[in-house]
Amino acid sequence: MTSEQDKIINEVTGNDYKYGFETLIETETLPKGLNEEIVRAISAKKDEPEWMTELRIKAFRHWQTMQMPDWAHLKIPKIDYQDIIYYAAPKQKPSLDSLDDVDPELIDTFNKLGIPLEEQKLMTGVAVDAVMDSISVKTTFSETLAKLGIIFCSFSDAVKNYPDLVKKYMGSVVPYTDNFFAALNSAVFSDGSFCFIPKGVRCPMELSTYFRINAANTGQFERTLIVAEDDSYVSYLEGCTAPQRDENQLHAAIVEIVTMENAEVKYSTVQNWYPGNKDGVGGIYNFVTKRGICKGDNSKISWTQVETGSAITWKYPSCILKGDNTTAEFYSVAVTNNYQQADTGTKMIHIGKNSKSVIVSKGISAGKSQNSYRGLVKVLKGAENARNFSQCDSLLLGDKCGAHTFPYIEVDNDSAIVEHEATTSKIGEDQIFYCNQRGIETENAIGLIVNGYAKEVLNKLPMEFAVEAQKLLAISLEGSVG
Amino acid sequence: MLSIKDLKVKVEGRDILKGINIDVKPGEVHAIMGPNGSGKSTLAATLAGKDTFEVTSGEVRYLGKDLLDLSPEDRAREGIFLGFQYPVEIPGVSMVNFLRTALNEHMKYKGEKPLSAGDFLKLMREKKELVDINSDLTSRSVNEGFSGGEKKKNEIFQMALLNPRLAILDETDSGLDIDALRIVAKGVNNLRSKDNAIIVITHYQRLLDYIVPDYVHVLYNGKIVKSGDKTLAYELEKNGYDWIRQESDINV
Repeated sequence: MTSEQDKIINEVTGNDYKYGFETLIETETLPKGLNEEIVRAISAKKDEPEWMTELRIKAFRHWQTMQMPDWAHLKIPKIDYQDIIYYAAPKQKPSLDSLDDVDPELIDTFNKLGIPLEEQKLMTGVAVDAVMDSISVKTTFSETLAKLGIIFCSFSDAVKNYPDLVKKYMGSVVPYTDNFFAALNSAVFSDGSFCFIPKGVRCPMELSTYFRINAANTGQFERTLIVAEDDSYVSYLEGCTAPQRDENQLHAAIVEIVTMENAEVKYSTVQNWYPGNKDGVGGIYNFVTKRGICKGDNSKISWTQVETGSAITWKYPSCILKGDNTTAEFYSVAVTNNYQQADTGTKMIHIGKNSKSVIVSKGISAGKSQNSYRGLVKVLKGAENARNFSQCDSLLLGDKCGAHTFPYIEVDNDSAIVEHEATTSKIGEDQIFYCNQRGIETENAIGLIVNGYAKEVLNKLPMEFAVEAQKLLAISLEGSVG
Repeated sequence: MLSIKDLKVKVEGRDILKGINIDVKPGEVHAIMGPNGSGKSTLAATLAGKDTFEVTSGEVRYLGKDLLDLSPEDRAREGIFLGFQYPVEIPGVSMVNFLRTALNEHMKYKGEKPLSAGDFLKLMREKKELVDINSDLTSRSVNEGFSGGEKKKNEIFQMALLNPRLAILDETDSGLDIDALRIVAKGVNNLRSKDNAIIVITHYQRLLDYIVPDYVHVLYNGKIVKSGDKTLAYELEKNGYDWIRQESDINV
């Protein structure tokens, strides 16, 4: 039996990563390394106002005083921050008023990724901001959305066109002092998406940002800021891929969400950065700070993530439940295969009365990977009747991988109810044989079983994403049976 | 259709089957009876291709092919169905999705086009009526939270849907009340035709009142020690397995 298991596990080929191609396009880069001069140069490249440059410099100086966090269950090789290019942009015409101005190579790249930038070719009901390396290539449907008062544009455009909104909200959820990677991002962030839903508006389409790393030796540092005013609603999708390279590349992003009274934001991610090859060579280091604040009463933030990519993932999409009767959700499927490492989870900080949070985390480990759930549920003194339910399940494929759960619970209010459930299971040979006996081959059986296991989370994804995510799960685990 | 010759099987180093010989022709129903631990389930799982069982010698021909050479999924696609003694739960995978995936694999193997969702649901409805299965069972996850009886009925339902050439039912009757037993028998009898064959593995003669076998084999200590027609089942019911034990131990 063991030899059969070994055989199948060894077939974990880390399948050819579908998005590993590189776009050959002229790229404009700044020199390697990080110092104040580089930070100023990035700001100058982006033609930023003084206040933004100053903010970057402050963040950079603070970053210099910080150490990389080492508390996660991760083995991170030493990163030489002076050996990274902090700004890379596809060379193109200065203004992108219509798609005709976008380099055909770029349009082609996004076509290959399944993200057509021509509005008429897009899935109906999805507006896209396409970001390659350090800049936003194209934002679709901006005009349609503008009619409703919705702002959906690249972060750079927002800095130029809506400085007051950016000043007010940027850093209000994740200040640059928050952590090492947040400080780094605040100093050198390149682009990203900005989204503002005005009072009373339900955004009629899914908004989505597609991030693509292309250039070699560069880091990608984008930020996303979503503000939902009173009684508004938006569903936001994020996708990411990168070329297959032997060296590791750093990705350190920030996402901030603010919901005012009765507002709701649903944020879904399918993270598929290049995970490295089957021997653990290459892959993206994904160190991301994502946090939302339910600022107004009765508001709601929901994080859904499907994490299949990256060599190393360090990521804890969190919620501060500040208003009364606020709701926060975290639904996560994290898959690790081969030598991938993931330390991911969430933080739910209950401040408001009757605030409710739900955490559903499904870890799937295969190969020689390490997969950890790390979550904090904190109930502050004033959070009367706060409720949390956490469920953390781990599924193991094979016996060379690891699954770990690190739940932290801090409760300062006696009326709070916090529940935590955790399970660990293996895909059973008997389950696979049962499928085989019905005519389903092993690879498909695993896809079926894993998707069943993750169903609770996948069901939370918008339809267009759910189908993709299901396929991705099956592909990421092809051949890895235990 | 199925010809088993001198089949010997080891499980975790122990000899379980010690030379089995059975011939099954199209249209026949064979019952295999025997006390606990005699090797009945091992025989069923070996025919279905469970890889933890080691075939040390012998030959199994099925429809002119070397059965032991085929993967478990190809055996299934070639029309072998195993009704499990302990059907497995697969949380989160709906019966509809599971069976549709399975049926489409069968179609693909035969070079046929997969059924449309509509046609599939229609087929499911038909087969559901046939085995009188509670209609909400099929919208639930595979066997999850099913009672013992529901699991067994679900096996028969799957059999009806996949329409096998050779069905092997491993103690499908155990733990069933008389009503469920009738439903299971009805499902099996519906499958009976001059082209199909059925192997029923059971402890009790009771099931054979409903599924009348052409042949009864008694498996004891890894060998078929007695074969006969259905009257053999009555004899076993009346006298228990002790006389078989004595008889075969004397022969040894």
